[in-house]
Amino acid sequence: MSSKVRQPRQEMPKQQPDVRSKNFQEVALGYTEELAVAEANRCIQCPKKPCVSGCPVGVDIPEFIDLIAKGDFLGAARKIKEKNSLPAMCGRVCPQETQCEAVCTLGKRGEPVAIGALERFCADYERMHGDPLSDAQRSDGSSGRVAVVGSGPAGLTCASELAKLGYKVVLFESLHDTGGVLRYGIPEFRLPKAIVDEEVEYIKSQGVEIRLNVLVGATVTVDELFQEGFDAIFLGTGAGLPYFLGIPGENLNGVYSANEFLTRVNLMKAYRFPDYDTPVWVGKRVAVVGGGNVAMDSARTALRLGAEKVTVVYRRSRAEMPARLEEIENAEEEGIEFYLLANPVRILSDDKGWVKGMECVRMELGEEDSSGRRRPVPVPGSEFILDVDTVISAVGTDPNPLLVRTIPGLDLGRRGNVIIDEETGMTNIPGVFAGGDIVTGSATVIAAMGAGKAAAHGIDKYISARNGRGM
Amino acid sequence: MYRILKKEMLAPKIKLIQVYAPEICTHARPGQFVILRMHEKGERIPLTIADSDRDTGLLTLVFQEVGKSTTELGMLSEGDSILDIVGPLGTARDIEKLDCVVCVAGGVGVAPMYPEAKAYHLLGTRVISLIGAQTKDMLIFKDRMEKVSDEVYYSTDDGSFGHKGFVTEILCKLLEDGLRPDEVIAIGPLPMMRAAARVTERFGVKTVVSLNAIMVDGTGMCGSCRVTVDGEVKFSCVEGPAFDGHKVDFDELIARQNRFLAEEKLALERYLAGVGGCKCHQK
Ligand SMILES: Cc1cc2nc3c(=O)[nH]c(=O)nc-3n(C[C@H](O)[C@H](O)[C@H](O)COP(=O)(O)OP(=O)(O)OC[C@H]3O[C@@H](n4cnc5c(N)ncnc54)[C@H](O)[C@@H]3O)c2cc1C
Ligand code: FES
Repeated sequence: MSSKVRQPRQEMPKQQPDVRSKNFQEVALGYTEELAVAEANRCIQCPKKPCVSGCPVGVDIPEFIDLIAKGDFLGAARKIKEKNSLPAMCGRVCPQETQCEAVCTLGKRGEPVAIGALERFCADYERMHGDPLSDAQRSDGSSGRVAVVGSGPAGLTCASELAKLGYKVVLFESLHDTGGVLRYGIPEFRLPKAIVDEEVEYIKSQGVEIRLNVLVGATVTVDELFQEGFDAIFLGTGAGLPYFLGIPGENLNGVYSANEFLTRVNLMKAYRFPDYDTPVWVGKRVAVVGGGNVAMDSARTALRLGAEKVTVVYRRSRAEMPARLEEIENAEEEGIEFYLLANPVRILSDDKGWVKGMECVRMELGEEDSSGRRRPVPVPGSEFILDVDTVISAVGTDPNPLLVRTIPGLDLGRRGNVIIDEETGMTNIPGVFAGGDIVTGSATVIAAMGAGKAAAHGIDKYISARNGRGM
Repeated sequence: MYRILKKEMLAPKIKLIQVYAPEICTHARPGQFVILRMHEKGERIPLTIADSDRDTGLLTLVFQEVGKSTTELGMLSEGDSILDIVGPLGTARDIEKLDCVVCVAGGVGVAPMYPEAKAYHLLGTRVISLIGAQTKDMLIFKDRMEKVSDEVYYSTDDGSFGHKGFVTEILCKLLEDGLRPDEVIAIGPLPMMRAAARVTERFGVKTVVSLNAIMVDGTGMCGSCRVTVDGEVKFSCVEGPAFDGHKVDFDELIARQNRFLAEEKLALERYLAGVGGCKCHQK
């Protein structure tokens, strides 16, 4: 066994940085079968399985890895899908380094098993060699009718799970396409949209009806949905409301919220303008403010749209950056610069209302705040000017207020997040459930999926009890 | 898919289309808008609802051909289809009976003004409409507006119909002559709305404007449509499009309307070159 520990972690092949920074194709190319087996063999199958408890949805990690080691790749994929219906996505976007891989026994003395890369390998292998739709059971709809609002990971998972339980599910989405952040936020080079499409095909084959371009609360109200005969409603409307910096100059031309910038590029395909109609403008020197995945995605997208220099400005240090480690490393390799411990104070304008620079102040880390992180404080007199013509603000989002404020009496938290019963996912209004970013504020894909799944079971219990079935 | 059931040419480059969209019509109230996308590669185009009929489910939209997308939309004929329409979006105007309102509408802005004027008229409010256009041929919705107004004044830039000059000059004159409406509503090009707001400010008359900021999603998710109102950032697709005209930072908004000017020009030129000598968009 000790010989396994000494094997280095298998690197996943990637497009070269100077090539990939000019295209929108996926950066990471995925393991070959040989690499996957070699990496699977590094797992020591330790009896405690800390990785399983590190996974928010409890995927049976050692078992699927063992199946890979034995060459049963389709079996491994099925094993993962027992717990996680979206492995192709999670393998790509989960922050494994703070979840399963953070607690891997190998990680104590060396590098943890590349669990995310293996998960992705299985899902991709199944897509290429198996029939991912084969296990989809078409729901007969006999258990009841549920309306799911929002087609992000929370809504997709909830709908899929309910279909498995025999419900007739109608999934409502206000945009013209499905996927939520998976579609409009996370770029193609990190999560190919074909993968999102396949997932959506899967839930359609389960009998879920998808209605796009329906803004629930405006096109149809929650009351009307109940009147139409839905037994329960799930709100998975996400954290779509961007904050701005609150500094002078943020409405100048050349300042985008990351949501606007990424939506133009991803959902509207502005990177293919003028073949596609929606434009996006990127200057030569771009500053991206923030340190999360959204900031990394914006910076790397700006680079791919032709910016000469892209700088990420973040007010804490690298260790505190909330982005996935892999994406920070990818960004660094691609030549994105990082201005750490710096914060913008104002954006400067040319005489026509366009950005011509951003004034920042240096920060230092002071005392710990309520989140346990050291609070950044400005260093007086340390102001400096970054020479940029484009600013992208990626400093966070709040729960989407549009629908929830149309529901009278719904319990909301301080930031407008919906309050639920942790176990059932139900809000204070009977029959109305919620999960994902609308409840937690901006979090992760896997957390949203977990919430969607938990709520599906909560909904099933609720409807069964009402109909005098079960319980 | 929404089939165009009716198409009308209201003026050169100003067109009306009607589609069957019962869900939107049941919920639409004055001041709200929809976003449509013509085809897979299309932009999301916001258009204010010009009329919506709950009984028939017919949604009426009016647009002026300005850029590539609206020009392309203008090429569609009855029987053609629009891929998606979402709505109603934005905050509806709270319309209650007042003694008197003045509706100042410029250009294609007359169309979105109509449902508001109509709503006031139905409540028994005295409606005075001031309608401006470049020239006589460009006046639209004349009959409709006359039907719901107690008085109508016209202006054209070239004097071909009504007062020669700006519509805001009529507004100024009426206020100088002592008219004190409860509210002025101004819908039209940004410079017109700014001018109207400046006039009414002098007389302390409440003024509501309807802003046509550049939008993407139209549901409050991107901030493309942000405007500064009373020193605060507002998303006009959610909190608007109607705002207190005395508090809107028009200069900033006018600058923001130019964000994609170069790209819009490129797209239109490329499109017109592609459709060649075709005269359809003149029809
Ligand atoms: C750029 C970016 C990168 C990210 N990268 C990562 C990553 O690498 N790893 C990770 O784990 N997480 C990442 N996240 C976070 C993750 O994407 C979210 O936590 C997750 O998508 C939340 O899922 P959700 O289903 O709750 O909401 P969303 O994905 O936001 O979906 C909500 C959906 O509801 C729709 N909707 C809203 N209101 C209505 C209404 N009234 N009627 C109908 N539909 C409505 C919206 O249009 C949207 O499609 C990233 C986020 C962003 C923005
Ligand atoms: S158009 Fe995106 S927030 Fe208004």
